[in-house]
Amino acid sequence: MKKKGLVLALAVMLVSVLTLAGCGGTGTGGGGEEAGEDVIRIGVYEPMTGDSAAGGQMTWEGIELANELYPEVLGKKIQLFLEDNKTDKSEAANAVHRLIEHHNVVAIIGSYGSSMSMAGGPVAQEKGIPVVGCSPTNPLVTRGNDYYFRVCFIDPFQGRVMAQYAFEDLGADTAVIIRNVADDYAVGLGNYFQEAFVEFTGSEDSILAVLDYQKGDQDFTAQLTTVKNLNPDVIFAPGTYGDSALMIRQARELGITQPFLGGDTWEAPEFIEVGGEAVEGVALSTHYSPEATVTDAAKEFVKVYTEKFGKEPNAFAALGFDAYMVILDAIERAGSAEPQAIRDALAATENFEGVTGIITLDENGDATKSAVILRVENGEFKYLTTVNPN
Amino acid sequence: MSLDLFFQHLANGISLGSLYALIAIGYTMVYGILRLINFAHGDLLMMAAYMVFYGMLIFSLPWWLSVILAVVLTAALGAGIERVAYRPLRDSPRISVLISAIGVSFFLENLGTVLFGGRAKAVYQPEWLAATHNIGGVSIMTLALVIPAVTILLLLALSYLVYRTKTGMAMRAVSRDYDTARLMGIDVDRIISFTFVTGSTLAAVGGIMWALRYPQIHPFIGVMPGLKCFIAAVFGGIGNIPGAVLGGFLLGIGEIMLVAFFPDLAGYRDAFAFVILILTLLFRPTGLLGEKIAEKV
Repeated sequence: MKKKGLVLALAVMLVSVLTLAGCGGTGTGGGGEEAGEDVIRIGVYEPMTGDSAAGGQMTWEGIELANELYPEVLGKKIQLFLEDNKTDKSEAANAVHRLIEHHNVVAIIGSYGSSMSMAGGPVAQEKGIPVVGCSPTNPLVTRGNDYYFRVCFIDPFQGRVMAQYAFEDLGADTAVIIRNVADDYAVGLGNYFQEAFVEFTGSEDSILAVLDYQKGDQDFTAQLTTVKNLNPDVIFAPGTYGDSALMIRQARELGITQPFLGGDTWEAPEFIEVGGEAVEGVALSTHYSPEATVTDAAKEFVKVYTEKFGKEPNAFAALGFDAYMVILDAIERAGSAEPQAIRDALAATENFEGVTGIITLDENGDATKSAVILRVENGEFKYLTTVNPN
Repeated sequence: MSLDLFFQHLANGISLGSLYALIAIGYTMVYGILRLINFAHGDLLMMAAYMVFYGMLIFSLPWWLSVILAVVLTAALGAGIERVAYRPLRDSPRISVLISAIGVSFFLENLGTVLFGGRAKAVYQPEWLAATHNIGGVSIMTLALVIPAVTILLLLALSYLVYRTKTGMAMRAVSRDYDTARLMGIDVDRIISFTFVTGSTLAAVGGIMWALRYPQIHPFIGVMPGLKCFIAAVFGGIGNIPGAVLGGFLLGIGEIMLVAFFPDLAGYRDAFAFVILILTLLFRPTGLLGEKIAEKV
């Protein structure tokens, strides 16, 4: 009797673990056939669960759509393999390892979140597999890694865009930065904002304080009470959409009325769902808006995406789409699906017409792109303006 | 630091501390009776929050009905877990049950991910609870007043249950010795089930309050509160119910004051909590209130 109960408990646990493993593994890949030479295997590692799950899932939508529209290259079918990096640095390294060793992929797309990309990068570099990042914006992702490329802008530009917006459009002279100190993206972006804001205002004292919080924190009242007392003109708070939405809610509850500014990670439906009325008027920089499309490919993308998903595309779906297309283009130009040949062709990517803009990869493997500023109005992200790099 | 500012920090600390206290009560009660640290406590809290969410979303129930249903269902879930994962190990070494509890915790987290998806969901916050009041320059949400009240109420109810009722007497007897309790005519299995039902009810109330205060839920929201409240329970004296409340309040206020007075240390806030745990275990393993009453519970 007792043994039976134990066996039952173990069986239930085993089933659950297997179900989950299946969910994150090959099951989600396209096609599902193992036809050896006739397929080109491309890996994807994205946060499908955890704090950044929305980002990973939006990106995956874009990649899947691209695969649906362009399923072949060099006469071979492309098969996608998705691994969930669970918004976790060590899981990200494991995911890249699994993609290469277990699924034998020739190229990888990923990941939303600079921390995860920086953890996965060295693994891919060591194995000589090229990776195209969709939205990791920290400069260090591609630095010192010849196998890492990205189709998005980087944070020195993004930080500057928001500092300029704060200074010129909002007329702010003082700012406080609140950042997730465990997140490479938030720390980096906070620093670049600080640099640029000090440059605009011409005063070292224009940043009144830089306050930290930790991954997993839900209560920000202590930091926010300090902010309220400092009374800055704006609050720059780079972080995950969910944490930041909770923070802004708590700020409004404490009677803080100053504008909050953030970066591209805030562009997720959850930001508005969790933030509710508190996030009205919040402004953020991001990669793309369907209202400001520049290329023909972009118009086509908006149309197809809206048909398939019944909603307007966001920056991450668009970047996922572009990352896939850039790899496809590289394979085509290389005339080969060997990892080294793909890498070399990727490095030579020039004036590629993506849906998020024209993509040219520089010596670091970074793209130079314009940024858009969005503002939350009536529970929606509204396009405000486009800022071009100079 | 001005007085206004200090009181605002204090109010924030009490608000956070009362949540810790509320969840720590459930931890400590199960430990007090069964000598089992129920690591699945934090995950029951998560399940309760999701039940409220889905009760409203899928079955369009009114908010209060969803809350009541979630509490009842979580209690049933707690009883089920006890039946499947703990009862078969009743005569095994204590460590087996502890490991089983960790297994249940992982199981619930993964089950949550499969059932509810990995993306965070926003929780409905009734307007009257979200209203803020300005009392002498200190902003306080109604909810921040309700949570300590609920905590104190549950503390009193639980003390009454454990010390003033026949079932409570049986619980205390079971906590001493299963066999002797059985000889006295106590149905040990029933008492243990009842303890888990009560513990899960407390987890459910804690989870719902947590989700109201921080209205974002995902399958892993129970992890950090679970750990923090474990610390609070140990700090106050594990097994001691008023101790858990005291530990919870002190931990919450301590965390907020750390960030308030040493903003540079804000990133080490969780480390601060774990340092308290280590120091307590090193220098006062029975916790703040442990020695006095631990023998009785």
